[in-house]
Amino acid sequence: MPAVHDRGGLPTDEPIDRSDHQWEDWEHVTNALVGMLRRRGLINVDELRRGIEAMVPAEYESSGYYGRWSASIETLLVEKGILTEAEIDAVAAEMDSEWG
Amino acid sequence: MTDEHPPLIHAERSRRAVRILAIRRLLIEKDVVTTDELDDIIVRARARTPADGAKVVARAWLDRAFRERLLGDARTAVADLGYQLSHDAELAVVENTVDVHHLVVCTLCSCYPTSLLGPPPDWYKSFAYRQRAVVEPRAVLREFGLELADDVRVRVVDSTADVRYLVLPRRPAGSEGLGEDALAQLVTRDSMIGVAEARSRDRV
Repeated sequence: MPAVHDRGGLPTDEPIDRSDHQWEDWEHVTNALVGMLRRRGLINVDELRRGIEAMVPAEYESSGYYGRWSASIETLLVEKGILTEAEIDAVAAEMDSEWG
Repeated sequence: MTDEHPPLIHAERSRRAVRILAIRRLLIEKDVVTTDELDDIIVRARARTPADGAKVVARAWLDRAFRERLLGDARTAVADLGYQLSHDAELAVVENTVDVHHLVVCTLCSCYPTSLLGPPPDWYKSFAYRQRAVVEPRAVLREFGLELADDVRVRVVDSTADVRYLVLPRRPAGSEGLGEDALAQLVTRDSMIGVAEARSRDRV
């Protein structure tokens, strides 16, 4: 049984959806954060990939592309002691209430 | 895009969206990143298109020596044209001929030569494309409207974090005499991924 990210050859009859969605702002932010954290030498591409590949399969499959990046950034920043889960939880809760 | 006006358009606020915006706010507070640099990256990312890749292809069509260098050592060849790859991964350019058609996929994630092509289209990142391209490339190409003759060999190349592929499409018949800029107009993003051929001159 291949790992969840190893998609090549997994059977599917699904046609290829060729529509492109407009990036939401949080997706731009995710992309830019990866760029900056790389520039600062705080994460590299292989670490980002490892963080994505370590996701729980169901979460990997339901998260969407930048959702997976976002999850990996969080994993890496917490692992490296740059942020804590508690801090992120607190600010996320604050933002949720600010924006209703 | 400032902290006073949180960037949440398009309404759908997923958990992951909130988490990443919380992370952004914390990293700014801790001076790990700055809003100016983030916004600069966003502006530049929005501006990236496949145009640079198209110019590389057009040059390769016109200049045999450049084409040989491009196929042998793409990073150095594109640097000669002034394009620096922003990624560490090697760039490999594969040439379509009358006998062989190349199709690029990244089965493991979505590795793509963004320096030359801009961000990949959504379908390139989709599970359906990643899963199907390696087992039924002709069916996939048919969905994109490209029917290859039976005697054309299809070669699927799987990009990774270490090697990213770009297709050098065949120069369209009837494009003789065109200059580099006009030729570049014939080179589409999809033709550099291998799901299409370059446009013919009468369809520009």
